Amino acid sequence: MAEKLIGQDISPPDLVAKITGRAKYSEDFRADGMIFAKLLLSPMPHCRVRRIDASAALAMEGVFGMLTADDVPAVDAPGEPCLTNEPLYEGEAILAIAAVDETTAAEAIEAIKIDYEPLPFVLTPLDSLKPDGPNGRLEGNTRVGREIKTIKWTQEDFDIAGPGKMPMGEPSDEWTVGDIEKGFSEAKVILDETVVHQSLSHHPMEPRSTMAYWKNGKIYMHTSTQSVARTRASLANMLDLDIEDVVLVGEFCGGGFGSKISGSPIMQVPAHLSRKLNRPVMLRITRYEENYLGRARPGMQARIKIGFREDGRITALDIYALGDGGPYGTNDHMSGGSTASLAYQPLNQRQRGVGVYTNTPPKAAQRGPGGAQYIGMLEPLMDKAARELGIDRLDLRRINAPDGNSVFGPRQGGLTSVHVKEAIEKGVELFGWDERIQRSGQLNGTKKTGIGLAVSPYTAGSTGFDGLLVIRPDGKLQIHQGIGNLGTHSIADTGRAAADVLGLQWEDCEIVWGDTSQHLPWSSVQAGSQTTFAHTRANHAAGMDAKQKLQEIAALDLGGSPSDYETSDGRVFHRSNPSRGMSLGAAAERAISLGGTYSGAEPAEDLNDMTKMAVRGLEGKGLVAAARDNYPREGAIQSWVVGFAEVEVDVETGQVDLINYTGVADVGTVLHPRSLRAQGLGGSIQGMGIAMSQKWVFDPVWGVSFANRLYTARPPGILDVPPDMDWAAVEIPDPQNPVGAKGIGEPPVGAGSAALTSAIADALDGQCLCRTPLTADVILSEIEGREPAYGPLDLHV
Amino acid sequence: MSEVEIIGTPERTVSRRKFIMGVIATGATTSSVGYLFRGSQPLLGAMAVQGSVERLVTLQVNGQQRRVDVLNQETLAMTLRYKLGLTGTKLGCDRAECGACTVLIDGVASYACSVLTQSVRGKQITTIEGLENPDGSLHPVQQGVFDEGGFQCAFCAPGFIMSMVAMIEENPNPTRQEAAQALSGNLCRCCDYEKILNSALRGAEYARRQA
Repeated sequence: MAEKLIGQDISPPDLVAKITGRAKYSEDFRADGMIFAKLLLSPMPHCRVRRIDASAALAMEGVFGMLTADDVPAVDAPGEPCLTNEPLYEGEAILAIAAVDETTAAEAIEAIKIDYEPLPFVLTPLDSLKPDGPNGRLEGNTRVGREIKTIKWTQEDFDIAGPGKMPMGEPSDEWTVGDIEKGFSEAKVILDETVVHQSLSHHPMEPRSTMAYWKNGKIYMHTSTQSVARTRASLANMLDLDIEDVVLVGEFCGGGFGSKISGSPIMQVPAHLSRKLNRPVMLRITRYEENYLGRARPGMQARIKIGFREDGRITALDIYALGDGGPYGTNDHMSGGSTASLAYQPLNQRQRGVGVYTNTPPKAAQRGPGGAQYIGMLEPLMDKAARELGIDRLDLRRINAPDGNSVFGPRQGGLTSVHVKEAIEKGVELFGWDERIQRSGQLNGTKKTGIGLAVSPYTAGSTGFDGLLVIRPDGKLQIHQGIGNLGTHSIADTGRAAADVLGLQWEDCEIVWGDTSQHLPWSSVQAGSQTTFAHTRANHAAGMDAKQKLQEIAALDLGGSPSDYETSDGRVFHRSNPSRGMSLGAAAERAISLGGTYSGAEPAEDLNDMTKMAVRGLEGKGLVAAARDNYPREGAIQSWVVGFAEVEVDVETGQVDLINYTGVADVGTVLHPRSLRAQGLGGSIQGMGIAMSQKWVFDPVWGVSFANRLYTARPPGILDVPPDMDWAAVEIPDPQNPVGAKGIGEPPVGAGSAALTSAIADALDGQCLCRTPLTADVILSEIEGREPAYGPLDLHV
Repeated sequence: MSEVEIIGTPERTVSRRKFIMGVIATGATTSSVGYLFRGSQPLLGAMAVQGSVERLVTLQVNGQQRRVDVLNQETLAMTLRYKLGLTGTKLGCDRAECGACTVLIDGVASYACSVLTQSVRGKQITTIEGLENPDGSLHPVQQGVFDEGGFQCAFCAPGFIMSMVAMIEENPNPTRQEAAQALSGNLCRCCDYEKILNSALRGAEYARRQA
């Protein structure tokens, strides 16, 4: 019997291509006659294009044509078009020029004259809610239900709050669990803080470039996207095509982090240009363009009030958050309330908010959307409360953490599994909390030590997708994956669920992914930590289907009943007489000759149409097995990372040195230890970028961005990483996944961010700075007791 | 119906015939855009830009002589990617911020996005495609990365690997801190720095063994 593949380290099947330069990302593709597009970006945060004079540009040698908003389908507000005559942020694409090379296209863009009419703009939610504040969109400043509306707060709302405190006028969204006033009346310690969480760009290393061409009525797209099956569907929708007329190639994606979940609007530009000019078109997105078009985590201005009983139990959590939704209103300020509910189990909770349109680059989910911001804002407050209550910080987390019977969120639903308390205890030991906490507050020269911790949950799975396998006549198992390839190894790791069902060696498995012409099944998005849970289930289901078909074929040819047969090591054989059996290759040949459900001719009824198409496309290639994940599931799937950090804060310069970071995860069964560790530590370090360095900065007068490149809003580099890191998992299987696994992508981000802000607060004697990022100037103002250069509610500073 | 007034005839200004003639005249085939580029330049794009005339230069890339037409303002990254078909060198930022385009110029790690092709004539250029041995086996650094399962999305990988190769030339036995210092010109947005450092040290170990 082959050793179980799940739980072993493997070299991913795409690694050699990646390290030899052979891996092709979207901008690496070429096609005969390919021309190059360049975008003209809006110079203003909000304006109307009145007149475009492209005569000089179009007369230039080597220029092939232009695409404007008039050439692309209109999108109903507040949807995001790929080109627009009413730019809603600086950097929004107005038109594109195609030319023989990029230099010529860029020259042509320079030669275009546009008459702009400036329109009112706003950069932060609160500014738009002021009685006379501008609206980010002409139709209004927020969305209530499905309608765009205008909400303005009264001067009285602002006066009641007083200076430096976030006002709390009429909300657009609200939910309550329990009785919030009663909760506060039972509290011994109540904190009431105004907190700012900045917006920050995703900045994947690969900008969202696309090359597109048309052939025989089909579009061929090479684009940088997180998900493959789902991006194909979104492209078909955007371009108004049948899904079978979209061929999408996205074998490698150079990072997305939520910014390329099912592609992005700008990928339509080369598609439309290519159709208009009848040539392949490459749209290379530069880093400068990526900064504007490439999405950002929604920032927040928030008021957080928490009441604690004498024993530390949270009796009331009252959060009012304003979401900086950008011009298209993507927000996560309300969903973060559910994460807070889960993490701290408040006895009573009220969540209120307004998502406000701003004339800043579009927002999107960013790894741990909502949850990472909330954990980052709340954990330092937990530490502050612990000091006031005289309760150990670890104990305060232990007291409020959920267990197997816990419910959370506005609907008070349960969980598939939760082992956060075990994760805390494992982390305490691994980090050496008892020893390190002795150094808390110690001054060594100019450096003061701080110890931090953070408990960060996030959604970690979905259900109901399809698995698709082929057992080939050569005996190999082909695992077809419609998810994406961001380097999380999901394409390989989730496939191991199928291989283990059949008892196969990894060498006998091949992964087919990233090219929709290769017959891919309907899949979850490669986002939101969904694929591990969703596609171990789907591949397990497909594995069971394959096994059943093998057993049936064996019984048919060798006698007995199907249940007499077992599969392992490339054979299907009789349990009581293993020599009575056949190789998988022979069974595959039989499947082809049997036809029907065995050969792919008759896909199962409950499969998604895209999967059925793929199954039929594989007919005759071997034994084709496909199944929908119909396994039962009750409760929310949530994973956890508990993060611990030791820092040294230089009290003279405000510089923070990370000494150690340790993370422990509750992710059920570990599929791939090395990859899990990389996800956990990598995600945590991304969180450190939130805590320390990444932000947006806008000129408040003109509404244009100052921090529009990597070096002005820098993600963590190799020297920012703590020299000492550790990682572990509690490894208790989730009972609702056939292999016991849950996702990991999201929760480490909040853990990394909050462990660091918590550690910095600890070094500052428990003073919560109540904003991110904690750049040296923010820290120094606090240490020196100086009035900072920004107000407590200022965003984008 | 748009209210925007648009001036200019949205037609191709190069006729198909003229375009093809340009290609034929310069002896290029249409089998790859790299050739198409070179062939078509005298007629098309380059001429549109004032003062930008291509010049034929000879480069030493991955041990081979490569003759290529380049513009005065052309960067090495663009030449490698779009004229020589060496797409392993990635463009992550265009401005010396991320290191994805790192190549070796006479053994020194350099950002190809910020080097003019004209300035590297006569120098030895090595890209990620030039690291494997003639028998197809991996360079010790690549083998180190492979064995450590290095990188996630790996868009930064070619640049990091070139920096690792340069590092071990200078310091065959680096400490972890020295390796971090040597690789600090490269950015990994997946923040997979732990595996990157493990890979660098493993690669250095393999190279020492081979030396």
